[in-house]
Amino acid sequence: MFDTALTWNDMAFLAQGAWMTLMVTAVAVVAGTVMGIVFGVVRYQAGPYWSLPLTFVLDIFRSVPLLIQLVLGNAFQSIARLGWDPFTTSCVILSLYTAAYCTEIVRGGIEAVPATTRRAARSLGMTWRQDMRYIVAPLATRVSLPAWIGLTLGVLKDSSLVLWLGLIELLRASQILVTRLQEPLFILLICGAIYFLISFPIARLGGYLEKRWSPND
Amino acid sequence: MIEIQNVRKSFGQLEVLKGIDLTVNKGEVLTVIGGSGSGKSTLLTCINGLEPIDSGRILIDGTEVHAKSTDLNKLRRKVGIVFQQWNAFPHLTVVENVMLAPRKVLGLPKAEARAIAVKQLSHVGLGEKLDVYPSRLSGGQQQRMAIARALAMSPDYMLFDEVTSALDPQLVGEVLDTLRMLAREGMTMICVTHEMKFAREVSDRVAFFHQGVMMEIAPPAEFFGNPRAPELQKFLSATH
Repeated sequence: MFDTALTWNDMAFLAQGAWMTLMVTAVAVVAGTVMGIVFGVVRYQAGPYWSLPLTFVLDIFRSVPLLIQLVLGNAFQSIARLGWDPFTTSCVILSLYTAAYCTEIVRGGIEAVPATTRRAARSLGMTWRQDMRYIVAPLATRVSLPAWIGLTLGVLKDSSLVLWLGLIELLRASQILVTRLQEPLFILLICGAIYFLISFPIARLGGYLEKRWSPND
Repeated sequence: MIEIQNVRKSFGQLEVLKGIDLTVNKGEVLTVIGGSGSGKSTLLTCINGLEPIDSGRILIDGTEVHAKSTDLNKLRRKVGIVFQQWNAFPHLTVVENVMLAPRKVLGLPKAEARAIAVKQLSHVGLGEKLDVYPSRLSGGQQQRMAIARALAMSPDYMLFDEVTSALDPQLVGEVLDTLRMLAREGMTMICVTHEMKFAREVSDRVAFFHQGVMMEIAPPAEFFGNPRAPELQKFLSATH
């Protein structure tokens, strides 16, 4: 007969961890996406030569393992006496990490909009801004959505690394319970199930939007 | 009136327009023919200000297209252009495609913009297709939608850049019929085309471009009946 020492209080503790995971992910994805859109447009408009410094910085965030970025970022904020708490530090680093990937997704999305379609918009008297807003943005969003959903799910899982800065998110909460209760398989199974429950709607939302848009294209 | 004065244009080392002089009067239909790379399509994109020119001047009702002080977005409202590829906005329905510029560029209220769009789409025979997406239309229908989209801005001039070249032969007729209708209504048009029969029927004048030079320009009877330039004679004999 299956027996466990896990209590409802422990489940509430896991739920608190899951909430922290959600918060860190939400801030990182929202801020990272906003920055990614700005950087992506700059990368596209400025061309490869003029956007070289930006590309270089973003390449660093894409190349260096996230764990190292978190540890170095935390050390930097401490040395610079910024006084950030672990949540803020985690969100800042994870947002930049997300932005670095999102920039390339956005740039790729803009490039996928046929130049002839944009030329048709401009020939009707639309300004660059109107062209970007009414033609490029909707079309690039459709192209970029699968990659962006993938990035979001990736950030959700990568956010577990913020445990190194002392944040008790879902994985860290599970670790604490594993240490106390010595039931690693069961607790990690629950932890994995919670990750799945959070991820599944995001993945399905992406699928739904793709399906909804595809008959028009 | 469109005035083109000694316009030169190069892409890198290749000079595609070698000093073009041309005037198109209000209400006139000018057809431009010529082989690939003769510069005829480039001329249209230069008139619309989509391409810069190296030297010379293009004036539309006295406004210099490429002057720094010219508001190109404003000028383009007067000069509609339809391309070989119809370039539908695939995320918008047919009526939304046509409404977009009147709403956002001219700032018209939604109801007014829709009324204009419906009128223009009915005009080109697409009154039954308002709420479908362009992907559900044939090439000919998409091209007519592109014409309606340009007409919805109430332009004074229309430029057509080989608008039937990308169509299956059986769809060419419906688009040419739309152009004939516009010509009858007195629209000032410059049509780059390979449709000789259309050029002969509809044009007030026909121009022949060859390697960036306008070799000949004349009313259709004279142009086709008594071509002077040897290059044009060769071109016409090859296309007949």
